Amino acid sequence: MSEITQTPTSPATMSSSPANAAPSGARVVLENLTRLYGRTRALDGFSLSIEPGELVALLGPSGCGKTTALRTLAGFEAADAGRVLVDGVDVARVSAQKRDMGMVFQSYSLFPNMNALNNVAFGLRMRGVHARARRAKAGELLELVGLADQATKYPHQMSGGQQQRVALARALAIEPRVLLLDEPLSALDAKVRLELRDQIRALQQRLAITTVFVTHDQEEALSMADRVCVMNAGRGEQTATPAELYSRPATAFVAQFVGVSSRVPVERVGDEVTLFGATCRVREGAPASGALDALLRPEDVALEADSAARSFVTHKSFLGATTRMTVQLDEVIVRVDVRSDVAADIELGDRVALRVVARDVLVASRL
Amino acid sequence: MMVEGLEDLAIDPPRRRRRRPRLWRFVVLVLAGAYFLIPMYAGLRFAFSDNAGGYSLYALKAIPSQVGFTDAFVLSLKLAAVTLVLTLVLMVPTTIYVHLRLPRMRRVMEFITILPIVIPPIVLILGVLRAAPLWLKASPYLLSLVYVILSMPFVYRSLDSGLAAIDLKTLVEASRSLGGNWVKTLWRVVLPNLRAGLLSAAVLTIALVLGEFTMASLDLWTTVPVWIYQFQQTDGHIATMVSMLSLIGTWLLITVIVSLDRSESRRARRRTGA
Repeated sequence: MSEITQTPTSPATMSSSPANAAPSGARVVLENLTRLYGRTRALDGFSLSIEPGELVALLGPSGCGKTTALRTLAGFEAADAGRVLVDGVDVARVSAQKRDMGMVFQSYSLFPNMNALNNVAFGLRMRGVHARARRAKAGELLELVGLADQATKYPHQMSGGQQQRVALARALAIEPRVLLLDEPLSALDAKVRLELRDQIRALQQRLAITTVFVTHDQEEALSMADRVCVMNAGRGEQTATPAELYSRPATAFVAQFVGVSSRVPVERVGDEVTLFGATCRVREGAPASGALDALLRPEDVALEADSAARSFVTHKSFLGATTRMTVQLDEVIVRVDVRSDVAADIELGDRVALRVVARDVLVASRL
Repeated sequence: MMVEGLEDLAIDPPRRRRRRPRLWRFVVLVLAGAYFLIPMYAGLRFAFSDNAGGYSLYALKAIPSQVGFTDAFVLSLKLAAVTLVLTLVLMVPTTIYVHLRLPRMRRVMEFITILPIVIPPIVLILGVLRAAPLWLKASPYLLSLVYVILSMPFVYRSLDSGLAAIDLKTLVEASRSLGGNWVKTLWRVVLPNLRAGLLSAAVLTIALVLGEFTMASLDLWTTVPVWIYQFQQTDGHIATMVSMLSLIGTWLLITVIVSLDRSESRRARRRTGA
C-alpha cells in the first residue's frame, strides 16, 4: 500500500471557520437496513452510526451495497426494512428533495444547460433565495473551491476535476445536514484525484459537515475518513479508524481487503500458533479449531539471508524507503517489507529465513 | 457515413479505396437529388404556368380568394397546434418515466409506438369513427386525438434518443437532492437538456399533421391536403401551387426551428467567451 497521510480526524479538534461554517453536522444512524433487488440482498441488516461532523467512508468491493446504503440515506432508495435516523428523526417518509442532503455523484452531474454559477445557485433557487443573494452565495462557494474565474463556464467547457469541484460547491451551497459523496473521484486522473481528495477533506473539516463517502479505493478511504466502514455482501464487516482497521482487522475479509495480507496455514494450540518455526500469540476472536490460516501484513514479518532456509525470494518491488519482497515457502507465498538498503543485498532466488515480528497474529478459518 | 465506414473496413489497395467512395457518393447524391428535385421542379413549373402553357403568377395571387382555403388552412394550423400540445403532454412524461423507472420497458414501448406505422390509417380512423361518441365525432379535434397516435413512432424515437444522450437519472437525482420537486426538475433541468429531441418531435408532428389526408378526408373535415384534393378538380394550377407552398412552408418551418436552436447554442457559447 502506498503512503497514507492521515489528517487530524476527531471532529472535536477540527478548526472550522466561523465565517463559512455550516450549522454543525447531523448525527446519522442507519439501523438494520435491508434492501432487496429480487433475490439479491443489496443490504442485509446493515447498521452504522455517524457522529456530527464526522467523515465516514463506506469501503468495499463492487456490489457490496455501499452505494445502496448511500442512496437509501439520500432518499433515492427505500429500505425494505430498517430505519434511517437523522438527528434522531426517522426520515423514511421524507422525500429526497426535503432531506437537506448535498450529494456529489460519481458521474459528472452538473446541469449541462447552466453555467457553473447557476449550477451552484440551483439549490438556493429551489429554496426561493433571492437572485442577488444566491448569486453572491454561489460566487462565494466557487471561490471556496478555487473556481471563481470559471463562473460563466458551462460544464462542457470544464475539465473533469473542475466539474467535480463545482458539483461539490453546488452540494455545499445548500448548507446540507449531511454531505454524500458517491465515488466522486473515480472518474478523475490520478493527479487530480489526489488534489481533490485533499481539498474535499479540508473543506469537510472546515465546515464540520457530517459526510458519508463511498469508495472502493482503500487508499482514498484510509487517507480521508475519520472512520471507515468496510462492507461485504450488504453487511458492515468492521467500522473503525483507518489505523485500527489496518492494524487490528476484525475479520479475515477486512484483513484481505484492506492493505496486503499473506495467508499462511497454521495449527492452533491453546492461544498460540507456530509460524516459521516460532510460536506466536493468537489475536482475540480467532476460531478455536478447524483448518486455520494466519493473516500476515508485510510489516508483520522480517527476513534475513540464510542459505539453509527452505524459503526463497521470487519477486522484489521497490516502493521507496521499503522494498516489498515476495518469498515462497513451499506452497505458501509471503510478502515482506524490507528496508530498501537491506533489500539491495538480497537477490532473486536467494534463500531467506522468515520470522514474525508482530506481537500477535490474526487467525481466520481457511478459505 | 456508410461509405466512410466501409472505407475503413475495405482491404483493397489504397488507391482504389479512395476513388470508389467518391464516385459512389456522387452517384448517390445525383440519384437522391433527382428523386426529390424532379417532382418538385415539375410541380413548380405546373404551378407557375397558366392554361395556355406560359409562365404566370395567377395561381399564387388567386389562392387567398379561393373558397374554403382560409378555413382549411386555419383548421390545419389548429389541428397541428392541438396535436403538438397533446403529443408532448402525453409522450414527454411517459418517455421520461420509462427511462427513469422502467428502463426494461423501452423495448416494449418501441414496439407499441411502432404500431401506428403498421396499422393502415384507414383502419385506424374507421375504428375510431365507429367507437367515438357522437359529440367527439362532431368535433374536428377527434382528428388531433388520432394524430397523436399517428405521430407516436416519430415522437417517441426523437425523445428516446434525446434522453439516451443525457445522464437523465443522475441529473434528476442531483436536482432532487438540491431540493427540486418533480415539476421544477422537469422544467429547469430535463426539458432544457432535451431541447433537440423536443424540437425534432415537434417538427415531425407538425409536418405529419399538415400533410395528413386519409383520416381528415374520411372524417369529413377539410384540411389543407383535403382542400387541395378537392380543388384539383376546379383548378389544377392553384391546387398544385398550394401543395408546393405547403411543402416549402413545412421546410421553412423546420429550417426556422433548427436555426433558432443553433443560434441559441451560439449565443450560449458567446456568453461564455468560448
